[in-house]
Amino acid sequence: MKKFIVALALLFSSVHLFAQTDSVEMADVLRSNGKIYVVVLCIVIILAGLLFYLFSLDRRLKKIEKKSSGKN
Amino acid sequence: MNGFMYKSWWKILGSVIVIYTTVAGLLLGVPHLPILNETIRNLYFHVPMWFAMLTLFSISVFYSIKHLLTGDQADDLRAVESVNVGVVFSLLGLVTGSLWAKYTWGQYWSFDVKQNFTAVAILLYFAYLILRNAIDEQQKRAKISAIYNIFAFPMMIVLILVLPRLSDSLHPGNGGNPGFNKYDLDERMRMVLYPAFIGWSIIGYWIYTIRFRIRSIENQQNS
Repeated sequence: MKKFIVALALLFSSVHLFAQTDSVEMADVLRSNGKIYVVVLCIVIILAGLLFYLFSLDRRLKKIEKKSSGKN
Repeated sequence: MNGFMYKSWWKILGSVIVIYTTVAGLLLGVPHLPILNETIRNLYFHVPMWFAMLTLFSISVFYSIKHLLTGDQADDLRAVESVNVGVVFSLLGLVTGSLWAKYTWGQYWSFDVKQNFTAVAILLYFAYLILRNAIDEQQKRAKISAIYNIFAFPMMIVLILVLPRLSDSLHPGNGGNPGFNKYDLDERMRMVLYPAFIGWSIIGYWIYTIRFRIRSIENQQNS
């Protein structure tokens, strides 16, 4: 009987531990894998920003090209 | 907007590919190798810099030959501007490579054959840019630098791609072993590495076109 109670207590304690880590369901995508997705997002934002900047430079240059071809 | 899509589709394609290879390169599975660990992902970022450089230097030598054949001044400007962008990519490749080397080979610069010869190859192209600036007369400058470029290109190829394979090098694919076999470059890695080659080459080409267009306007205003 003593053994049984000890086993039961251990079982409950383990259930309790399990419940502590996994009971609250949250939107944890960005926290999974050691939060690497946050870094990936940052890099993508920087890269997309730079590429967008390149597009805008391109557009500005196009305007200048139009102007200078009109002059000559 | 339609005209924009029609003319700029390849710029969008390059941007999408580069973003894809960055995300996939950081997240997709890679072989688990000792010493390299997660730095194996550097392959997706370090090697494409060299590939983009090779693309730009190839464009440059193409226009140098074209200039000698046609004498068109625009071709001379195309040649020099693609070298200008190619040199930037080569420096990015050199810096990322030595940072990677620090944490895998132990030193930023181990005087590895490939490291040394690439440094020499970059100096070849610095010499090209300096040579150009040393000649005042436009036509002479264009012709001499075009001829120099045609000699520099095969030398660069020999220095970067041929000689390191003939002797032992820390770089994979050297010491008589052609290709990436040592890296256990598996299917997953190919799906990222090859698009990265294309994507970064497109971005490099795009920057080159912008530089060339600025240069032509400057030229127009000066004459």
